[in-house]
Amino acid sequence: MSMAFHLRGIHPPHRKNTLKQPTVRMDAPTSVTIPMAMHIGAPAIPTVKVGDSVMVGTKIGEASGKISSNVYSSVSGKVTKLAEYLPPYGNATTAVVIESDAKMTVDPAICPPSVNSRDEFIAAIRESGIVGLGGAGFPTHVKLDVAPERIEYLIINGAECEPYVTSDTVTMLTRADDMAYALCQLNRHLGINNVIIGIENNKKEAISAMNTMAASISECTVNVKSLPSVYPQGGEKVLIYHTTGRKVPAGKLPIDVGCIVLNCTTLAAIGAYLRTGMPLVEKCVTVDGGAVKNPQNIIAPIGTLIEDLFSFCGGLRAQPAKIIYGGPMMGVTVPDTNYPVLKNTNAILALTEKEAKLPKPTACIRCGTCTNTCPFGLAPASIAAAYEKKDTEALKALSVETCMECGCCSFVCPANRPLVQMNKLSKQLLKEEQKKEVPKS
Amino acid sequence: MNSLTKVMISPHIHSGRSTAGIMRDVLISLLPATVAGAVIFGWRALLPIVVCVACCVAFEALFNIITKKDQTVGDLSAAVTGLLLALNLPANIPLWQCVIGSLFAIIVVKCLFGGIGGNLVNPAITARVFMLIAFESLAVSAFPIDTVASATPLVADKMPSLLTLFMGNYGGAIGETCTAALLLGGIYLLVRRVITWHIPTLFIGTVFVFSFFMEGFDAITALSLTLAGGVFLGAIFMATDYVTSPSTSWGKVLFGLGAGLLTCLIRYFGIYPAGVSFAILFMNILTPYIDQWTKYKVFAVGGKR
Repeated sequence: MSMAFHLRGIHPPHRKNTLKQPTVRMDAPTSVTIPMAMHIGAPAIPTVKVGDSVMVGTKIGEASGKISSNVYSSVSGKVTKLAEYLPPYGNATTAVVIESDAKMTVDPAICPPSVNSRDEFIAAIRESGIVGLGGAGFPTHVKLDVAPERIEYLIINGAECEPYVTSDTVTMLTRADDMAYALCQLNRHLGINNVIIGIENNKKEAISAMNTMAASISECTVNVKSLPSVYPQGGEKVLIYHTTGRKVPAGKLPIDVGCIVLNCTTLAAIGAYLRTGMPLVEKCVTVDGGAVKNPQNIIAPIGTLIEDLFSFCGGLRAQPAKIIYGGPMMGVTVPDTNYPVLKNTNAILALTEKEAKLPKPTACIRCGTCTNTCPFGLAPASIAAAYEKKDTEALKALSVETCMECGCCSFVCPANRPLVQMNKLSKQLLKEEQKKEVPKS
Repeated sequence: MNSLTKVMISPHIHSGRSTAGIMRDVLISLLPATVAGAVIFGWRALLPIVVCVACCVAFEALFNIITKKDQTVGDLSAAVTGLLLALNLPANIPLWQCVIGSLFAIIVVKCLFGGIGGNLVNPAITARVFMLIAFESLAVSAFPIDTVASATPLVADKMPSLLTLFMGNYGGAIGETCTAALLLGGIYLLVRRVITWHIPTLFIGTVFVFSFFMEGFDAITALSLTLAGGVFLGAIFMATDYVTSPSTSWGKVLFGLGAGLLTCLIRYFGIYPAGVSFAILFMNILTPYIDQWTKYKVFAVGGKR
């Protein structure tokens, strides 16, 4: 499919240094902290109590409601605490703290699920505890639970456009077999025939690994699409547009234009679960940033504290100025290292003062770089001005709801205005206004 | 290691571009024209430059101190205004007029409208137009082409040769005569991505095409008229001022077209010299409207459902 235009974006430094290092599986940490909410939707309900013995793969949290996800123990050992867990953003939930016996004994009940129909397939995915591993954390079984005839394209997101982060690339290089198995099963049970794998062209090895994988699949068409290395190539709507030419309007879902997007690591997790029955209990995490002594990709049990990840990497060489979940463009900062690896954690970065240095904000000089950079053609400077006046009509007219919060505008602004931040606040403002309006009508 | 780290909303990295960096690039890009001015018009040409730059910076600093605002002279925009203003003035201008011009540019046009980013019109251009009206010295020294502006300007025999016009060895404002130096600066700005090609190309191109028609398809005369009268200085350095020109590509195209057209209309049918300055000033005022007309279409909004 040929595309007339490539959406705009930025060229941040790649800094994907960890690709040169081998990926290492981490030993069991002394304890793990596993929150019941590592996904969008209702938190899981703990099914264990203090003192219970658990093994790798033992269910410790039951999905509650349609949009929710099961949670499993990632180590073998004893539950020592059901503690309140306050995530860096969002509401407080419970976290199950498990002291590891260092044996990593696998729960004997684990066996591959028996899947013979579409419903059994969706049920199996729900059981697996798999959520969107690209960062969003949306329960995968909900995403796949649509009428099969609505799915025209399955798009696999291997863009990995954030600087530093390489965990998806590691997945594509090392877990092609899991991915292939998942694609065959998706074809068999959901009738998915058209698969497009989108990868930024700075990952030549991943592209070639995926081409080899695609060639091995005869059940459905799998196309690997090499995309320009322009951030935010991995943004869901950006990827859909660049792979199919279709546009997802604000407030709509990919399925509304016949697409489902799965991150490549999510796809590998699906394959691994269907093959082995081992639910999602570990995650490949890029640990990088100038403050980390030995940056590398680590396969860590979910619930491993950031502190333990850093120790495993030989500790820190410098006082970090910022610790980030995810990449530097859209990642979330945490105040200290007592936060766990979540299901959807793809990177933990410890940036030095120099790396994280942002210039002081000054007055807007109306250079237009923000609007000339926005992939969606928004006018961030005008949105910021409208937000400061709390002018919700103007904000709607400026289509602020289309903003995907990629941060390109803030990245390029020579006055370092907090533009994407204002966009977020503007969206919040419109939501609050809508809530107020509903009871009136 | 549990000491607190910074908690902030993303993004956590920045391109490194800054207002001061952009202004520094503009100053660098004006160096060739400044040197050319000093060579062509002698050392006296450096005096208005020094006075204008010093006054502009000093007035902005003083304004910020008196009104208790954050000091902004570090962003170098006041220095750019001073330099651009001086390059638009004749070398022999009385220095006290430079002081008045700088005061007008910085205080009236820029600071009273909220400082950098707040001004509606370009401070240097507006100050130049103000001085043109207020002081005789400017009107007299304006380029011959403008002083003979009439409905049918038969200026070809009075015009310097194309080579002279390109090298700048003729009468005019300090920084406007040496096309070679201005082009060099323009290329630097393009390479550094401070400006885009739209405004300068359309501006200069429109002046040429319009003159070509008006001069009875005489390409040499049309080219002479394009090289002369500050078209390059205005098109490359003044019309591209971020604050007072449109931000979208189509907006810039319109702005360049409009400025070129107005320059010619004023030259051929107006009574004032300095068509370039007036044209840019008019287009500055139109900029908010042009920005409205040429907004980008937002992704997946208003398209087919």
